[in-house]
Amino acid sequence: MSVLEAFRQEARAWIRENAPRSLWGTSGSGPFEGYFGGSKCKESDPDLLLWRDRGIEKGWTAPSWPTEYGGAGSSRAEEDVIHAEMKAIGVPRPVAGQGLAMFGPVLLEYGTHAQKLRHLPRIARGEVRWCQGYSEPNAGSDLANLQLKAERDGDWYVLNGQKIWTSHAHLSDWIYCLVRTDSSAPKKQMGISVMLADLETPGITVRRIDLISGYSPFCETFFEDVRVPAANLVGEENEGWTIAKSILGHERSSIGRSIARQPGSAQREVVARARKHLGITEGAITDPLLRDEIAALGMREEAFHFMLARIQQSAESGTPGPEGSVTKIVGSELKQRRYELGMQVAGMQGLGWEGPGFDDEDLQYTREWLRSRATTIEGGSSEIQRNIVSKRVLGLPEGKK
Amino acid sequence: MSGHEAPSLLLDDEQKMLSRTAGKLIRERAPAARIRTFRNDEDRVGFSRELWKEMADLGWIGLQIPEAYEGMGLGFFDLCVVLEQSGRELMPEPFVSTLLLGTQALLLGGSEAQKRSLLPGVAAGELVLSVAYDEPSTPPSSRRSAVVAERSGDGFELSGERAQVLDAHVADRVMVLAATSEGGSTLFLVDPARAEVSVTRQYRVDGLNAAIVGFDRLSVEADDIVGALDGGSSLLEAVLDRAAVGLAAQMLGASEQAFADTLAFLKEREQFDVPIGSFQALQHRTVSIFTEIALTRSVVLAAARAIDEKPAEVPRLASLAKSLASETFMLSAKEAIQMHGGIGVTDEHDIGFYLKRAQAAYMTFGKPSLHRQRWAELHNY
Repeated sequence: MSVLEAFRQEARAWIRENAPRSLWGTSGSGPFEGYFGGSKCKESDPDLLLWRDRGIEKGWTAPSWPTEYGGAGSSRAEEDVIHAEMKAIGVPRPVAGQGLAMFGPVLLEYGTHAQKLRHLPRIARGEVRWCQGYSEPNAGSDLANLQLKAERDGDWYVLNGQKIWTSHAHLSDWIYCLVRTDSSAPKKQMGISVMLADLETPGITVRRIDLISGYSPFCETFFEDVRVPAANLVGEENEGWTIAKSILGHERSSIGRSIARQPGSAQREVVARARKHLGITEGAITDPLLRDEIAALGMREEAFHFMLARIQQSAESGTPGPEGSVTKIVGSELKQRRYELGMQVAGMQGLGWEGPGFDDEDLQYTREWLRSRATTIEGGSSEIQRNIVSKRVLGLPEGKK
Repeated sequence: MSGHEAPSLLLDDEQKMLSRTAGKLIRERAPAARIRTFRNDEDRVGFSRELWKEMADLGWIGLQIPEAYEGMGLGFFDLCVVLEQSGRELMPEPFVSTLLLGTQALLLGGSEAQKRSLLPGVAAGELVLSVAYDEPSTPPSSRRSAVVAERSGDGFELSGERAQVLDAHVADRVMVLAATSEGGSTLFLVDPARAEVSVTRQYRVDGLNAAIVGFDRLSVEADDIVGALDGGSSLLEAVLDRAAVGLAAQMLGASEQAFADTLAFLKEREQFDVPIGSFQALQHRTVSIFTEIALTRSVVLAAARAIDEKPAEVPRLASLAKSLASETFMLSAKEAIQMHGGIGVTDEHDIGFYLKRAQAAYMTFGKPSLHRQRWAELHNY
């Protein structure tokens, strides 16, 4: 038995012994589901809290982080094993969210020891929740056009401007942002820095954004003469674009993977809706054309899983490359297709917004269908991903956009 | 996917070496332009027996044939490594007829005596095999009169004909599926040189070679049955699953080559004073082909692996691989022609052969719609 296989058995045993039964089968175990923590968290499920505490004690909220920063000092491969074993029984990770999935890895790579010591253990313990500030009203696909200004003033930076799509800002404690520290740089990718800010700092205002699907975790975050300590700069001043690209790479691959969920789940879900709304005739979904389209979806879903497995098997390092763009393109389009088909099989019962005549499941589904339109936009639109693959993988010459 | 452990979808070092070596030889010795030459020369064979023999001497033809029958004793996965490379240049050599149909039928259903008498010859590159059957999607109304086996003494007499039997014009042995009872059919091994067998060569759009094979009261013995009496349909289904995966590997290679040629063209061809590959309208479509190829590669490898390691998964994954590879090859070929512009629709350029083969491969061993239907049935909806 290999060392890793022995570790897998240990991890499996520990998780099955310590994860409360009520949590089994409740989660796809992605980095963005479960207990998010932070000072504004109102989670009261005792089993979720117990699982959090046991995870923290074991260091398995952030297995691959060094122990001094609240992790368990595991290898990346071991961390994958731990997450896979949680996924295998459908329990969420003990703590979820931006801090663990996105910000932590960035700080580990680019932060100072003091920054790591200050922020990482509190993320690993679920005490501080983080959100991200990248996009601005005039910096979406053209992210490098961002204008939120950070001007040096002695030991401080003064921030003025606006971020948008700051998911869960209203529930978070801190934000990590891309800011402009040099407006006169010859290229707009130069002059960008990564800055951390406590959301309680005077001058920060958070406003929620509703989507076409209704309530959403998205926010706008405004900065008006916000003073943050110069020690909150991550990495070198004006060299934040490299860090930004690394974060976006993590985000892309994580979105692709989070869509993957359990193999076969999209097909099962649409088939279940087809059974409910269309019925079965002689063992087959009654509408043969929709049945064919569901089969096409199921095939594509399975192909996507095999592609993810192949990418994972061939990854020599943990740094996501351009293949994250490919999984994001395929995964997000697959997700939309799944909801489109789920809506098609529901027919008129998919038209409810709220109230009588529609069951909760269908109402919820309709909202998710609407929400799914954003998957090909957020985290870098499909068009931006195609630009990335075109340039970085296929080596096609850059042209006018 | 059942279970959480995906099969290994990577090539090991030896397989990578095999892929490189086969790719190099094929690129140098068997370019797709040969399809035009064989056609224009009205070549009687339509492929190169010498090259086939040479590849056999390198061990590539008998890769998957057990050592007991003088093959290399490797897996179907290894065979797919070579098939992918053969697909890149649309090789008309008898991979499909001999290795994917004939050899698989023998491996899955052949008697010891049948295997002993034929497989060593296949591995040596000396024997061409073929299987005569009706494509599952052929509507009954347009089927050639089916081949019927009537009992005669201890054996049978075969009558009827089948069309588009791959490489039957040069096959040393043909296996023919014939109706032996109400609803039952049996696979018979026959020698096409017999007087009661007629072979009429056909010419197809895609450069693969085929013939109409007719049987006029050909007497066959019980020893000529491959597999069980009345067991022909289920044997054939298993054979066609493997054949579909092997063909998908060829289609993967062909998709990749058409794509590579197109990508090179996009970087080199200039209009409006810039390479046309700098146009976003083309770039995004190019990426779409690339992602489809990445998906197809993953399912082809998974299906090939299942043949060696997870037989229960083969029907599902064969349908998946055949379906995806068919659509991807078609996309890659159509877009290749469009992006090549005018030169792409001339006979002078090779890229058109990719479209022709894409259409043939799409229809062979079940078109995608048929596999989606089967997929739905296998998933109980």
